[in-house]
Amino acid sequence: MTGSANAPLIEVSNLGVRLNTSRGPAQAVRGVSFSLRRGETLGLVGESGCGKSVTALALMGLLPDSAVISGSIRLDGSELVGLPDANYCKLRGNRISMIFQEPMTALNPMHTIGRQVAEPLRRHTNCSAAEARKQAIALLDRVGLPDAAKRVDAYPHQFSGGQRQRVTIAMALACQPDVLVADEPTTALDVTIQGQILDLIADIVAERGMSMILISHDLGVIAENVQRMMVMYGGTVVESGATDAVFTRMGHPYTQGLFRARPRLGARKGTRLKTIAGTVPELADLPSGCTFADRCAIVEDRCRVAPPAAVDVGAGHGVRCLRTDVSMAEAVGVLGA
Amino acid sequence: MSTPLSASVEVGATTARPRLASGFWRRALRHRSFVTGGTLTLMVLCAALLSLVWTPWSAYEIDVASKLRPPSAAHWLGTDVLGRDIVSLLLVGARSTIMVGIIAVGIGLTFGVCLGLIAAARKSWTEEIIMRMSDFTFAFPAVLSAIMLAAVFGPGMVTSIVAIGIFQIPTLVRLTRGSANAIWAREFVLAARACGKGGFRITIEHVLPNVLPILIVQATIQFALAILAEAALSYLGLGTQPPQPSWGRMLNDAQTLLFQSPMLAVYPGAAIAIAVLGLNLFGDGLRDLLDPRLARER
Repeated sequence: MTGSANAPLIEVSNLGVRLNTSRGPAQAVRGVSFSLRRGETLGLVGESGCGKSVTALALMGLLPDSAVISGSIRLDGSELVGLPDANYCKLRGNRISMIFQEPMTALNPMHTIGRQVAEPLRRHTNCSAAEARKQAIALLDRVGLPDAAKRVDAYPHQFSGGQRQRVTIAMALACQPDVLVADEPTTALDVTIQGQILDLIADIVAERGMSMILISHDLGVIAENVQRMMVMYGGTVVESGATDAVFTRMGHPYTQGLFRARPRLGARKGTRLKTIAGTVPELADLPSGCTFADRCAIVEDRCRVAPPAAVDVGAGHGVRCLRTDVSMAEAVGVLGA
Repeated sequence: MSTPLSASVEVGATTARPRLASGFWRRALRHRSFVTGGTLTLMVLCAALLSLVWTPWSAYEIDVASKLRPPSAAHWLGTDVLGRDIVSLLLVGARSTIMVGIIAVGIGLTFGVCLGLIAAARKSWTEEIIMRMSDFTFAFPAVLSAIMLAAVFGPGMVTSIVAIGIFQIPTLVRLTRGSANAIWAREFVLAARACGKGGFRITIEHVLPNVLPILIVQATIQFALAILAEAALSYLGLGTQPPQPSWGRMLNDAQTLLFQSPMLAVYPGAAIAIAVLGLNLFGDGLRDLLDPRLARER
């Protein structure tokens, strides 16, 4: 652990990922850059297939071998892109760990939960089996699993979805990682459980001073849980900045579209949800200009020429749009609506 | 949390394991093909074990004076052309059948499962080489490779075991690789990788336990195939050599006397049929019982 407290813990610059799909190579992530200091939290928001999860897997070094990664990912100053898998294994679960979307499938049905939580400890620290078990029980207790000491030898199918997600969180936290990547940790859970799990994650992140990257398609989840956020569309970051700033200014037409599309309590019966017209472009053949051009209400010809550069609309708040003057004037109306 | 709630959680956790085990046997004893197959397989197994300690007559002693006797109190199923007791021959024959089956399936499982797991874990050219090699082996039937081996090393039980074992490998490689690939695509493997586990440990701790039920079932079916192959090889004179009795040899001996005493061919034929049918039914039942989706329905 080198560097001062102010040096970024994770620094991603110009990250690009090309996946080989059955329909040919697809540029799933393009030019993603961000940095994260110790204790900071960052949210990634966007529709399915916008490159959020691929970005997360790239950080973890878990992309398939056929994926081509460009740019750089630095953890505490050391480069991770191109790191041999054996070295990556020493980081995963130890310094960076991940919580997955589906707690129903993220646990091995054949092993007890205690064994699965103790596994990273046995792997990355030289503690004995008994010691690892003790720590696993403590971890399960910390994540709020009732009767952790008694249930440590139970199998995953004996738990509910929320309880299993608590177990996967315990697994991810076992070695006290510096960075936690949470890929839609609550998508598969009931709304009531969602809040509990997010609160738990937030508490633990604050308690241990970890950095967190939270991925979600839910603007509400992002708004409440992270300090900074990035909105992704078609593999690029279309808007990024402090969460408050992004929600007040709403620079990009896509961010506004996402915001309008959220369901609201108290809406009159029969009111249709607003949607963004069109569908996400195929990653295999993205347009040459702005990726959102085909669905944008205020598109102009120049939008289709080249990908727009990021425009600063406030301190540390960047928007990749050529028409921020128009979009931001309209955004005032959006928030009022 | 209130006390009664946490108490019920506790009970669920502590009693779940034994309940799962007793649940297996309760469902097993209700499963018709499992019970039938298990009984038939057990019968063959008992016959083989019994032959180690007791046979009504010696299966090796020739008594030409009492050849081709019909069933009687002394010889329950009669005698063959050399005057040997059929019951004794069948009992001792079961022994070689089972031995060939176990060793051959053992060879097939050892190599097949290892190669299949390696193929699934390494991917790329390693997988390509293993799969093309198994395709190549698959192209040779057991009988053909046994003839080749017999030509080189001479016919005998060992040759036939090796030939049948080799013949089992490709099927098991394919099955293991296919099932293992499906496990590798599961999220818990990704989660295990996210915990920092390497390919070898994931294979041993996550992939193998999850493909094991499929392999156990396939092993019983491969056992049945091995019995058939052994019978075929002995019938052709490439397998178990005389004076060691075997069901295939008995069929061969009976062939020349098919019109004189047809029952000589029926007994070993029935024995082979019972063993194969029993193992197939047993395997089918086992497949149903080991299916985790069914096991969890309580």
